[in-house]
Amino acid sequence: MVENIKLDQPAPYMNPLLAGILLGMVLLATFVVMGHGLGATGFTTRLAAWIGMHIAPVATTANDYFGGMVEEGRPLHAWITWQVVGVAIGALLSAFLAKRIRIQLDGKTFLGGSKRPMTALFGGILAGFGARVAAGCTSGLGLSGAAVLSLAGFTFLATFFAVGLLASRFLKEEK
Amino acid sequence: MTDVLSGLLLGAGFGFVLERAGLGNPNKLTGQFRLTDWSVLKVMFTAIVFASVGLMILEQFGLVDAGSLFVPPAFLGAAALGGALVGAGFAIGGYCPGTSVVGLMSGRIDAAIFLLGLLLGTVLFAGLYPDIEFLTTLGEYAKADALPDAFNISSLSINIGMVIAAVGVFVLGSWMESRSKGPVGSQV
Repeated sequence: MVENIKLDQPAPYMNPLLAGILLGMVLLATFVVMGHGLGATGFTTRLAAWIGMHIAPVATTANDYFGGMVEEGRPLHAWITWQVVGVAIGALLSAFLAKRIRIQLDGKTFLGGSKRPMTALFGGILAGFGARVAAGCTSGLGLSGAAVLSLAGFTFLATFFAVGLLASRFLKEEK
Repeated sequence: MTDVLSGLLLGAGFGFVLERAGLGNPNKLTGQFRLTDWSVLKVMFTAIVFASVGLMILEQFGLVDAGSLFVPPAFLGAAALGGALVGAGFAIGGYCPGTSVVGLMSGRIDAAIFLLGLLLGTVLFAGLYPDIEFLTTLGEYAKADALPDAFNISSLSINIGMVIAAVGVFVLGSWMESRSKGPVGSQV
């Protein structure tokens, strides 16, 4: 009986050392195969350009930042698109196998309570804007940039953690 | 290997490991900043050290050409400002861009909202672009792009230092986890 109940529970998370080594293997393999590391916002930037191309073609083509991406009409035509589709597939497979798929609005306890949709949206805007300033995000510049010992990667990680620690002080835990 | 296949496979490995480690869970992710759950730093630091040491070894055997690897240019002001904004976004929104995709795939609606914000932030940046283009090249360090050249130290010395620092992160992190409520589990 007890075992039956346990089977329906989500599986525990992987040990961080083991997960780190596995992630390191994937990152190393990416460098060997592609000559660069893993990323995320390379795709969301192209997705934003693609959406713009369809709902506001004139403005998007004229835009100095998106213009070059939509020039040939295929802003999503890039390796990073397939890599992020892969991330989604891998995450879905892992969550499914571990029985961790659950439709929910998560993070209310620590991130704004009933205002959780607002913290998610505002956090996303900050991260989206910041990743364009730095030309990379936690994956593309932090993780991959530090793996090649780049000054930009370590600089990004330093302010990322410092400001994250500070900003997190302003959020109160909801009981 | 074609781009499609390599992208899908390497991406799937990335997403699978992030989800396994619990890095699609915003409570766990932000636990790093509350200093109660050190999984983010432990996983990231281990992966960075593994890949860096691995690249160094593969270069020694001539299996990887160091000169052909992409090293991000040293616009350190831009990296610092962007890092600060992504860090604030992470602490407030609960995700970084990559982990929000992982959170979404495990059914988290807040991750979908974060991704929507990500697109809005990108559009905002593009809308202001000609005027804020200077931000993306702030604080260029002209001398070097990577630590070995900047400080004239060998990659080996840096990697040894990073291994020691990683051990330090695990010791300090586990100690702080034991003094607080500790790592966020998968069960609700």
